[in-house]
Amino acid sequence: MTADDYLTELAQWLEIPPFALAAGDKTPRLAGALARLTQHHRRHCPAYARLLDIFGDDATAAAGLADIPFLPVRLFKEYELASVAPDQVFKTMTSSGTSGQAVSRIFLDRATAAGQSKVLARLMAELIGRQRLPMLIVDAPGVLKDRQRFSARGAAILGFSLFGRDLTYALDDDLQPDLPAIEAFLARHAGAPILVFGFTFLIWQHLYLGLRAKGRRLALDNALLLHGGGWKKLQEQAVGNAEFKAGLKAQTGIERVVNYYGMVEQTGSIYLECPAGHLHASLFSDVLIRSPADFSVLPAGQSGLIETLSVLPFSYPGHALLTEDLGVLLGEDDCPCGWRGKYFTVTGRAPSAELRGCSDVRANHE
Amino acid sequence: MSKRPLPADLPLVYHAGAGIADIDCRPLPPYAPPTLAFLADLSRRLLADSACRTFPDIAAFGYWCRPANLVRLAAAAAGPQRRLGRGLALHIAPANVPVNFAFSLAFGMLAGNANIVRVPAAPKEQTLILCAALRELFAEPVHARLAAMNRVVGYPRDDAITAALSACCDARVLWGGDRTIAQLRQLPMPPRCVEIAFADRYSLCLLDAASVAASDAAALAKLAGDFYNDAYLLDQNACSSPHLVLWLGDEATAARAQARFWPALAEVVRDKYPLSAVQAVDKLSDLCRIALELPAAVASTRHGNAIYRIRLAALPPDIERVRGRHGLFLEYVSPDTNCLDAIVDEKTQTLTCYGVDREQLAQTIVDRGLRGIDRIVPVGRALDIGPVWDGYDVVGALSRIVATQ
Repeated sequence: MTADDYLTELAQWLEIPPFALAAGDKTPRLAGALARLTQHHRRHCPAYARLLDIFGDDATAAAGLADIPFLPVRLFKEYELASVAPDQVFKTMTSSGTSGQAVSRIFLDRATAAGQSKVLARLMAELIGRQRLPMLIVDAPGVLKDRQRFSARGAAILGFSLFGRDLTYALDDDLQPDLPAIEAFLARHAGAPILVFGFTFLIWQHLYLGLRAKGRRLALDNALLLHGGGWKKLQEQAVGNAEFKAGLKAQTGIERVVNYYGMVEQTGSIYLECPAGHLHASLFSDVLIRSPADFSVLPAGQSGLIETLSVLPFSYPGHALLTEDLGVLLGEDDCPCGWRGKYFTVTGRAPSAELRGCSDVRANHE
Repeated sequence: MSKRPLPADLPLVYHAGAGIADIDCRPLPPYAPPTLAFLADLSRRLLADSACRTFPDIAAFGYWCRPANLVRLAAAAAGPQRRLGRGLALHIAPANVPVNFAFSLAFGMLAGNANIVRVPAAPKEQTLILCAALRELFAEPVHARLAAMNRVVGYPRDDAITAALSACCDARVLWGGDRTIAQLRQLPMPPRCVEIAFADRYSLCLLDAASVAASDAAALAKLAGDFYNDAYLLDQNACSSPHLVLWLGDEATAARAQARFWPALAEVVRDKYPLSAVQAVDKLSDLCRIALELPAAVASTRHGNAIYRIRLAALPPDIERVRGRHGLFLEYVSPDTNCLDAIVDEKTQTLTCYGVDREQLAQTIVDRGLRGIDRIVPVGRALDIGPVWDGYDVVGALSRIVATQ
């Protein structure tokens, strides 16, 4: 498969509405594309080929989605895995990590970067149509300047800002609500549809709580709020999706709040929350919930590790990744919202286990 | 007497015994009657406690210090020389094996010393249960001497406190990873003080392929259960848990033995071992790391997520750097034990084995002058700690000889 083949195939997929195909049409199509990606990466990424050799997976025999060999997503934090020559690398993306943590390094060639943008645009069109909306970014303008933090957060802002115009930052560099900027923005776009974008935690901790502390309410009734980045910090404060939505409605009037689930290792093919409150796989992606006991695929209703599949990773072997998130498949093709495909919830990060044994390292001594 | 008095004002939490300034540091001879009586009572108390059913490690310690075993250990240690405890022993216990502090204390007691045992600031439940039993026995008048000599203390990782205690002790016993040991070693001790450091070690398993292939169903089930205890009870994190399985024999016999042994083990693991989601990801990640970093690895076999096996085409000399967790093993087939020469170094601690003459193998190690392997024990005994451990005669090292000529 060449980069041209990849883009040609993707162009055909982009013709199809992303939440329209039922399993009978989608699954064989997706399985075929992923199997071709497996072959492509086996040929072009020696480390990936070595992993498959040791796994003993016979990739040519791969029949269904569950047979596509998957890698632990954390491998991208430890190894530089690429399926293109170094001179083809157009952009290197890194995950956000707190200081001292390893970050993922994802190598993009032009084809993969273009594929990511096209798929993201196709998914966004389902939410906001094809026009660019005035966009309020719930972050500080410094996020793009700060090299330390310019990572997944900055990249996501840059990626999503393609769907906005009059980009305005809602927080100042102390992460307080920048009320003059917000009010000027609202005055410019009174009555017009607006896109608000940001990270779940920042929106809650700094926009919502900041407004509440100041006793201010914003008139964002016409806005759609798109947010992602994980619930871990909010779970610590016992804030779930329902509290999040209710709090934001009270303080900003926002009715349409859409969560997304995605990761830097599979940028573009994100999972969007539907009006029924479920995360959905699109035509370009899928999820499998795997049992920790044997990695067998679990049926709907059972909690397990989330594996994410994406047709986008061409320049690096990241088309089938085992995350460290736990989730539950809720159903397939029958969500009350009308979107086809699998829908699921993410219940959180798998809790780390207590270390046993005497061969400890100092960090674990206490 | 030039020895500095123990500082009275250290911010210590006393889990058993109170105050260190008045600790009685007059030593006893090894295996002295008051010590044996104390440990025997401790054993009875623990084995009668319902906590034993919840915590097999407490049961194992209680069983270890039963009178019959102590008598056996005393007889094995008896020699022509007069011995006496060295005085005060300071023990820095490991965080991740809760009952090891109790073994360390018992070794110090058996050697005849007064003991201060430091346990982590956030002690495990087993530690608290054991300390409660110690406190009850310390309160009995019959154990007044042992009560006066022994303290279990907790304090946060604080080099200043450990330094203050180190300056007063006659023996220091350190447990921990290599970095912990290196850090603690920076803290000076009095000139006559002896030190035993239980640092990071590496262990492996030697299975005679023909014996495994020929074992009947009962023997195979026992072997699998024993191997499970060695490897899985502490997630392969114990120094004595195996990471490498050497199959002694030819390829064909080894293949038959493997086809019997691993499925039997997988059954035990599926029955007993709760693998968490994170541990499953850890295990897959370890498999990937080994695939990418160990050229000698040629294939893997996964029994669900119960067992990951990685077959080696050769034994690299630094194989001890490759460790499994939660049931990941390297395996290698060898016609004889000469392959040990290349991989055994001072890090190598325990060789568990099945179908192998242990005495003959121990003699081979001596004859070949290998730098490691301190213990050769049957599969199932890897975690059985005792006063001869890590190649040390611990009770001997913690006591001194009063010689005559």
